[in-house]
Amino acid sequence: MAEAVTQLVSTTQTKIQTQDTPERLSRPTLRFLTCGSVDDGKSTLIGRLLYDQSLIFDDQLAALERDSKKHGTDGANIDFALLVDGLEAEREQGITIDVAYRYFTTPRRSFIVADTPGHEQYTRNMVTGASNADLAILLIDARKGLLTQTCRHATIVSLMGIRKIVLAVNKIDLVDFDEARFNEIVAAFMAFAAPLGFAHIQPIPLSARHGDNMSVPSTRMPWYQGPSLITYLEEVDVELDRSTEPFRMPVQWVNRPHLDFRGFSGTLASGSIKVGDGVTVAASGRASTIARIVTADGDQESAEAGQSVTLTLADEVDIARGDILCTPKDRPEVSDQFAAKLIWMSDDKLLPGRSYLLKSASRSVPVTVTELKYRLDVNTFSELAAKTLGLNEVGYCHLATTTPLAFDPYASNHTTGAFILIDRASNATVAAGLIAHGLRRATHIHRQGLAVGKADRARIKHQKPAVLWFTGLSGSGKSTIANLVESRLYAHNVHTILLDGDNIRHGLNKDLGFAEVDRVENIRRIGEVAKLMTEAGLIVLCSFISPFRADRDLARSLVDDGEFIEIFVDTPIEDCIARDPKGLYKKAIAGEIKNFTGIDQPYESPLTPELVLGKESAQQAAAKVIAKLIEGGFIDEIDNPDDWSI
Amino acid sequence: MKKPLPPHLRQLEAESIFIMREVVAEFERPVMLYSIGKDSSVMLHIAQKAFFPSKPPFPLLHVDTTWKFREMITFRDEAAQRVGMELLVHINQDGVRRGISPFASGSSVHTQVMKTEGLRQALDHWKFDAAFGGARRDEEKSRAKERVFSHRSASHAWDPRNQRPELWHLYNTRIRPGESMRVFPLSNWTELDVWDYIEAEEIPVVPLYFAKERPVVDRQGALIMVDDDRMPLAPGETPRMEKVRFRTLGCYPLTGAVRSEAGNLSEIIAEMRASHTSEREGRLIDHDESGSMEKKKREGYF
Repeated sequence: MAEAVTQLVSTTQTKIQTQDTPERLSRPTLRFLTCGSVDDGKSTLIGRLLYDQSLIFDDQLAALERDSKKHGTDGANIDFALLVDGLEAEREQGITIDVAYRYFTTPRRSFIVADTPGHEQYTRNMVTGASNADLAILLIDARKGLLTQTCRHATIVSLMGIRKIVLAVNKIDLVDFDEARFNEIVAAFMAFAAPLGFAHIQPIPLSARHGDNMSVPSTRMPWYQGPSLITYLEEVDVELDRSTEPFRMPVQWVNRPHLDFRGFSGTLASGSIKVGDGVTVAASGRASTIARIVTADGDQESAEAGQSVTLTLADEVDIARGDILCTPKDRPEVSDQFAAKLIWMSDDKLLPGRSYLLKSASRSVPVTVTELKYRLDVNTFSELAAKTLGLNEVGYCHLATTTPLAFDPYASNHTTGAFILIDRASNATVAAGLIAHGLRRATHIHRQGLAVGKADRARIKHQKPAVLWFTGLSGSGKSTIANLVESRLYAHNVHTILLDGDNIRHGLNKDLGFAEVDRVENIRRIGEVAKLMTEAGLIVLCSFISPFRADRDLARSLVDDGEFIEIFVDTPIEDCIARDPKGLYKKAIAGEIKNFTGIDQPYESPLTPELVLGKESAQQAAAKVIAKLIEGGFIDEIDNPDDWSI
Repeated sequence: MKKPLPPHLRQLEAESIFIMREVVAEFERPVMLYSIGKDSSVMLHIAQKAFFPSKPPFPLLHVDTTWKFREMITFRDEAAQRVGMELLVHINQDGVRRGISPFASGSSVHTQVMKTEGLRQALDHWKFDAAFGGARRDEEKSRAKERVFSHRSASHAWDPRNQRPELWHLYNTRIRPGESMRVFPLSNWTELDVWDYIEAEEIPVVPLYFAKERPVVDRQGALIMVDDDRMPLAPGETPRMEKVRFRTLGCYPLTGAVRSEAGNLSEIIAEMRASHTSEREGRLIDHDESGSMEKKKREGYF
């Protein structure tokens, strides 16, 4: 070990002589991803890259020596893998379970390495690491050759739009530096990867542990004439010149220091612009020209992809965060329905019909998966029928947003073609999405401006439409209260409709059961019906257990702001079980009914309901609901509020 | 006009600007943790650029342990004045009352009470929902897996096993009431990038980074500068003058100096390239065991 340290120090010193060339400052940083199966030596490869570039400092080396004795798998030698496996639990398990980012600089270039795990259950981490990488190093153990995992990694790398890969045939020392074995593996991989459409594949035989072909060409493989790994990485050109693509800039922030300045701040996703160029707001189609390109270092005449700038326009145009500025000559698609690949990243399965939040560029909009076309088997490319997607599964689906979205296919623009899905209840990032194409142009389906509108219909009823959404456990008293409210409103000439299990489950939704997927669809349909009823100017009372927050939020998102009144009938489950008006709890507890809310299916309480009931009598509760309607201006004052006779 | 930045620094700067704008657009009460060091100087400089011609729409916050170098405090007040931003200073008064100090209480209790708890108090007091920090992923192993947007529970805890995946530059900024986000705009910068950028952009830094004759004593192999008369000296011990500088800045009793001749930026950069030790080596608080930074972070340390 002492020798290793001395050796490290001496190579460090020789390197410093040549370190100060300006070349390091002339190339853009290369961001790459390393992937490979569990024991292919990925962490060792990165550890070796850092070690050879003298980026392991003495104090880190001392920590490494300590750790190598404690957890190492390489006897007395330094276990390079320990240098890169960060978190304690991972070190103890001996596997990398997250994406770790590593940084190193050679005299010629700076590098950012995303180190991601190899196990199948960590596809999501690989996708994460690949999302910001320009190149991938795919490791293969020379003894084992092509494995299922290798194929899966290559597929994911290609899916994520990485165009160049290094096929690193590692542990070549363990097959006696055999050229025939190397050629055999390369040929097998080339055959497999042909349909994946990589622009360039660079095969390199190497030994990460012993340093062969890592920084300098190995003397032990005279048959290999290609570059060492470092030389290749230093020289590879990955600039898919985004500056020559059509101009796109998502507006991130509207910059208004005072009344005389209104600028639109953002990072150019693609293309270039100069003062005087025409620009269009993708979604609205409004146009103007660029007046100034403002930066803290002074105004610029032009800007190109990758730069963060602030633009001012010649005209007053309504632009907000989330808008995409584009060239008028080549505009993104605008649609509220599109097809996309989804990589599912959550333990909670995808539920078609559920409302998620989609974030793309600087825009967030509610979205539902309307149809899951198929699941992709990433090992074989085969398309499998699927009703849902689980963690690490890849699927192809149709999505619908509540408002039209401007986008490009992911293949042509990684910024305007990528999105994430966020669970609206837990706020977790549940999926990564790659847009394939729009399903119809929103401009073709501009809704007809109807002669008679919602407000007109409501006006002749002397009321404002609303959705009173009663949610709570079975037996909590929802329907009792809703019926009282409706009777009372009817008595005062208010136009209403009551939707509940009896009139919905037996008709419109009789094809649906009680599994989670069906419950989501059930509530979605009810939400749509409630929306139509509000269009008719009615006050709609909905009485449904509706156990999932996301589904109630979806129903809320369908109607106008302020129209949705969520009423949580918060009766403790013990009381509901004691009442058990239909004898359902008894059956559920006995196991005769499955998926019963509160027994074997969760109920997610509303976080910010407009009204919470449950402690008062049904009549008092109904009076509170009526008071809420009056307070919100939905109905006029009611005479004799205490008179409950009809 | 200044020389244009080299391409890799231009990329890093644009990325940091993007991150800062995202925070301002998506959070209600952001704050920038300003710790006076070189990384904070870079962060503050980029903030001026990100929102120009507006001023950065958030205040600066310094959690003062009362044991910072005096030159740091002077520099802090000048820096806030120079950029014209509001500077909030928080001192854990409870810790002061309890007489917590690096000497009396030991480094780990001092750090826990005056830094970690102090920070939590400040975030709770002003109800900030997002806080910028200058941490970089290359500093320490457990930082390598830190997200750019790092979610914290209502009790400021970090759960390394349950982090949100971070794809492209699509940051998930959603939090529940009471929760918060720590945001690290310099995640992808290295120590070398920071110094290259400071040189290229002529950013002022605390003079303690430059070598000068300073009074030091030797403590457990670390050169500790005697910055004021609170430093207890052993009988017969007298501080000696040595030409030293600091690679990182923190509480003076916990920050080791290095002997150096580097009196300007290019000498610092040259010296750093030749260095065999990482910058955190001078930090006494990291040495307990390798996992110690991760433990601190889970408890809410930056």
